[in-house]
Amino acid sequence: MKFFPLVWAGLWRKKLRTIFTLLAIVVAFLLFGMLQGVNSAFNATVEKANVNRLTVTSKINFTEALPYAYLTQIEAVPGVSAVAWFSWFGTYYQDAKNFVFSFPADPVRLFDMYPEYHIDKAQLDTFEHTRTGAVIGVELAKKYGWKIGDRVTLHSTIWTKADGTSDWPFDIVGTFEVPTDSSQANQFFFNHSYFDEGRSFGKGTVGWYIVRVSDPKLSAQVAIDIDKRFENSQDETKTQTEKEFQQSFLKQIGDINFIVTSILSAVFISLLFATGTTMMQSVRERIPELAVLKTLGFSNGRVLSLVLAESVLLCLIAAGLGLGLASLIFPALKNFIGVATLSRSVVATGVLFAVLMALITGLPPALRAQRLNIVDALAGR
Amino acid sequence: MSAPTLVSIRNVSKRYQRGKQSVEVLQNLDLDIGQGEFIALMGPSGSGKTTLLNLIGGLDHPSTGEIRVGSERIDSLSDGKLAKWRARHVGFVFQFYNLMPMLSAERNVELPLLLTSLSSAQRKRNVAAALTVVGLADRARHKPSELSGGQAQRVAIARALVADPTLLVCDEPTGDLDRHTADEILGLLQALNREHGKTIVMVTHDPKAAEYASRQLHMDKGALIDAGAINAA
Repeated sequence: MKFFPLVWAGLWRKKLRTIFTLLAIVVAFLLFGMLQGVNSAFNATVEKANVNRLTVTSKINFTEALPYAYLTQIEAVPGVSAVAWFSWFGTYYQDAKNFVFSFPADPVRLFDMYPEYHIDKAQLDTFEHTRTGAVIGVELAKKYGWKIGDRVTLHSTIWTKADGTSDWPFDIVGTFEVPTDSSQANQFFFNHSYFDEGRSFGKGTVGWYIVRVSDPKLSAQVAIDIDKRFENSQDETKTQTEKEFQQSFLKQIGDINFIVTSILSAVFISLLFATGTTMMQSVRERIPELAVLKTLGFSNGRVLSLVLAESVLLCLIAAGLGLGLASLIFPALKNFIGVATLSRSVVATGVLFAVLMALITGLPPALRAQRLNIVDALAGR
Repeated sequence: MSAPTLVSIRNVSKRYQRGKQSVEVLQNLDLDIGQGEFIALMGPSGSGKTTLLNLIGGLDHPSTGEIRVGSERIDSLSDGKLAKWRARHVGFVFQFYNLMPMLSAERNVELPLLLTSLSSAQRKRNVAAALTVVGLADRARHKPSELSGGQAQRVAIARALVADPTLLVCDEPTGDLDRHTADEILGLLQALNREHGKTIVMVTHDPKAAEYASRQLHMDKGALIDAGAINAA
């Protein structure tokens, strides 16, 4: 610690240059935090997927609907212990930026399929018996201040009603919690029967089926059997595990992992050159000062450590600011990715990157400082 | 009674490689410097004064010969050991002060103490004492850019003194100063020599500066012209 003032002073020797370098690194780590944070949130969703559940979608595209009539046929497949279904409702509340993850579903089948969703039994009963009833996750309730008894109108960007309007009124009859994953508690479920009766097209169809298998070991076979059952029909199916489905869903957006890695690689490689050049220049300007330190008895190793410490300090401060900013901005993405906090693993990886970058950019000038010949440096050679 | 020898140089030569050419800067040089002496090394440019000073200060190794400072034979020390030896035994004063521009006077003076095991409080006390000796206690928080040339050189002297070295090595310490300030600095060095018993080896071009020394040595073409043994009489 006693060398800290020396390292700190060295870092701020050229204030403007240090500030610009710092800003460049801050922006890079802000980008890293945001992109890697989103990537990590998506991956976490995939990792949390249940091994007992399969998703049955249209073979053409998961946005294509499937006949409701498939329900009994899927239930008849050996190894299937329960089936539920959902449709993508695509809604917002009052303003297009207030996106709501809403799904028509069968109340009893829904909560039977997702035992991790905790709802009061009486509320579930009310939900089942209220045509316009809806249950909402506690996070969503918190966000809009909705409570049981409220009447809420959502605007669907996909589904029009028979009267030509797209505003769907609902009565909030219950709330549910998801203790294992609070990001799931931002969903809005309502009765499929209300949806099916009210919509102007697509009646008798569902978006996708969720199937629970009696034994996860049977998943692969059950998936094959379901798809075989609808082979050569007008609506062929594609059955995947929940994890595979979520992965393919994310791939519809793009190979996020590849995109994130590519962008960050480009940013960090550019940054390595920029920071490396700055560090080299900084050491070149200080050759006489470093020679004086050596004259005073600072060993080669000590001088090397001081230059490296400067580089590490710069990168850690910048990474801290960048990741800190990312943590502050990240909650704004909650509506899109369902996660409000930057994961610790992203922060830890960022810090590790910062140290690595500091060592890579700091090592060449540090080695130069270490090898400095005192007599030549003092003589300006 | 003669002073005990502090620096003993025997048959020292120093050659530099300049491109393909080998240049002999010092030739078979012998010299003894007594403890408590104030030596002025004079001579024309290229005569080898600074090279000799660098060897005495442990900044460079001789090509041949033997250099002892106190009981230590420094010509055979490794770079690492030599660095440690310098930290313990030598204080350096340069022509252009060579202070760290981004550090305050007290932080500059503290630098040699960072290599010791002294506590922060002890370091602060020693720094304050050194700045008081050079008359700059009130400029402790000032940066080198806020000091005059003479004040900056005093800070450099305080830095050279703070670890209580055996030997002070000064390379043209007044070369960048006006006459009046130079006299002040030389007076300070003389006081350090006389009152604190510091052994000083100073390279200078200035005959007036050399007059402050207790002995003047003249060099030419890598050899001492009139080096005498300590208290030859």
